[in-house]
Amino acid sequence: MTMLNERQQLSYIAAQAADARLNVELETEGMTLNIGPQHPATHGTLRIIARLDGEQVVWAEPVPGYMHRGYEKLTEVRTFPQVTTLINRIDWLGSFANEVPFILAAEQLMEIEAPPRAQYIRTILFELSRIANIGLFLGDLGVQMGAVTPAFFGFRDREYVLNLIEGATGGRFHPNFDRIGGLKDDLPKGWINETKQVMKRLRGFCDEIEDLLFGNEIFQSRTRGIGVIPAEVAKSYGLSGANLRASGVDWDLRRDQVLPMAWDKADFKVWTHPDGDSWARCWVRLQETREATKIVDQLIDDLPAGPIMAKVPRIIKVPEGEAWVSTENPLGEMGYYVISKGDLGPFRVKIRSASFNNISITPWVLKGVYVPDIITILASLYFILGDIDR
Amino acid sequence: MAPLSDTTDATTDASADDAPAALPGDGLREGIVDALRAELGDQLLDTHLVPQTDLWVRVTAEVWQQTGAVLKSQGFDYFCFLSAIDWMPSPYGDGEDDPSAADEDDEPAEMTSGYTGGDTRFQVFARLTDLRRHVGVTIKVDVPESMTLDTWLPTFAGANWHERETHEMFGITFEGHPDMRNLYLPGEFEGYPLRKDFPLLARMIKPWPGIVDVEPMPADDTDDDAEGGDGS
Repeated sequence: MTMLNERQQLSYIAAQAADARLNVELETEGMTLNIGPQHPATHGTLRIIARLDGEQVVWAEPVPGYMHRGYEKLTEVRTFPQVTTLINRIDWLGSFANEVPFILAAEQLMEIEAPPRAQYIRTILFELSRIANIGLFLGDLGVQMGAVTPAFFGFRDREYVLNLIEGATGGRFHPNFDRIGGLKDDLPKGWINETKQVMKRLRGFCDEIEDLLFGNEIFQSRTRGIGVIPAEVAKSYGLSGANLRASGVDWDLRRDQVLPMAWDKADFKVWTHPDGDSWARCWVRLQETREATKIVDQLIDDLPAGPIMAKVPRIIKVPEGEAWVSTENPLGEMGYYVISKGDLGPFRVKIRSASFNNISITPWVLKGVYVPDIITILASLYFILGDIDR
Repeated sequence: MAPLSDTTDATTDASADDAPAALPGDGLREGIVDALRAELGDQLLDTHLVPQTDLWVRVTAEVWQQTGAVLKSQGFDYFCFLSAIDWMPSPYGDGEDDPSAADEDDEPAEMTSGYTGGDTRFQVFARLTDLRRHVGVTIKVDVPESMTLDTWLPTFAGANWHERETHEMFGITFEGHPDMRNLYLPGEFEGYPLRKDFPLLARMIKPWPGIVDVEPMPADDTDDDAEGGDGS
């Protein structure tokens, strides 16, 4: 054994001391991190309280309610046609899609059906809302990971869709266009040609985003394998829309139920992904936007002629009964349970919004993830605050 | 891996069910009722079937939790929502909105329950979906005097927030739920907003201006006086 000289001994002692100090520093204290209620990455004001151990989340809990507007109570003092004005504002990025299931529920109780042309136009506008909604999501996705450019692309191309919606309905964000028995108006002149061009453009936008964002290595490493939700968990939490399909569950209410809408007239693919991670959720939404443009193209090609309103009484009284109708909205399954007592207004409306269920999984999915992943997981779950709080 | 096998199964199901004729019929819904009755017996109080549309069942409060588990084992593994209904007619009336009802009856209307009936003022209802057979069912239960029910949490994790919301909005407690804090309302909030006897103050102070929309219409709601019909 060789003797250590003085210098070596000193450096040995210094190394020992440094080790000891390091060990002390590695013992972390728990810390509570409050995110929000004004987080830049959220569409609205969701607050998240996370208990951290170092960089890892021990538990996290979202605190909704900053935008609770009490729509379920308010519907009880409105007439049926007035309700659409309220429910428009639940998911404000795809507002036309909010109106449809409620109107369908009322029509189911009244045992009337909109004429075929109205069904087609409803479906077209529904899909346009989906493109406007998810188009913004795809653009916004980059911002949450530090890439600002895609957001401008998203806002730019969403504008074309909003112009179409405004052209047809008169309202950019809150059309309030759906009526019991049909639609308020027919499509304006030249709208169909315009729509075809925009749909072509939007497919270009999808390709652009796919190259720019989904092909980006940083984006991939921030999302692949992060926030995995298995199918069983997703179903038991009632996740819906792309979140459910990204967990490998092949379920789409456009295809899997009978509704007086025109989805069964169009040929489209329901995309699923087996991974269930953040990447899969974003990817499924990208494909969904592509399919939506195809649906719109097909439906405007064989738009039937005819009236856009069924015969309905001037004062709408909905017969006594209960009805549940849900549709595949941009955010997921959105449904209304409508109870009527034969009055002008509903007796009770239970609003089942997609984001409420989608975000209730966060305590489960955020457990054990690292702090930067909180943002990407929430971004990929995609919620609209108005859709959680209602 | 479970999700993978799920995908393949569901895909084959879906391709087989492409034609609308293959989508659930009433025979399937009757089969669901029979299967549920075999498990619950007399505890399944009533059922209601709207042909080609939807299915409702009502069970007793004793088997509320069990019903969720039984249905899950029979394929209804997708949790849609859970909420409550207050069947009491609003003591504040809806006369402001309803010009035709104003002169009809001034005495408060009687309490009636909806589909599948009911004996109590409050009912809790939930909806489950079978993603393979493409069919859903609404389950109702009368809320006993104690205003407590068993929680569905052991079966459906998603019931957590729904039960919390029902608790703060209707005052119904779910036994076995670990965390009955308010979800939306401030902690010190008094009253249960979605109960019918909770006044909507904004409406009580100021009459709804929307009443103008319905009042000047000709008070004739016969079918021949229809709007639209020829607009194309």
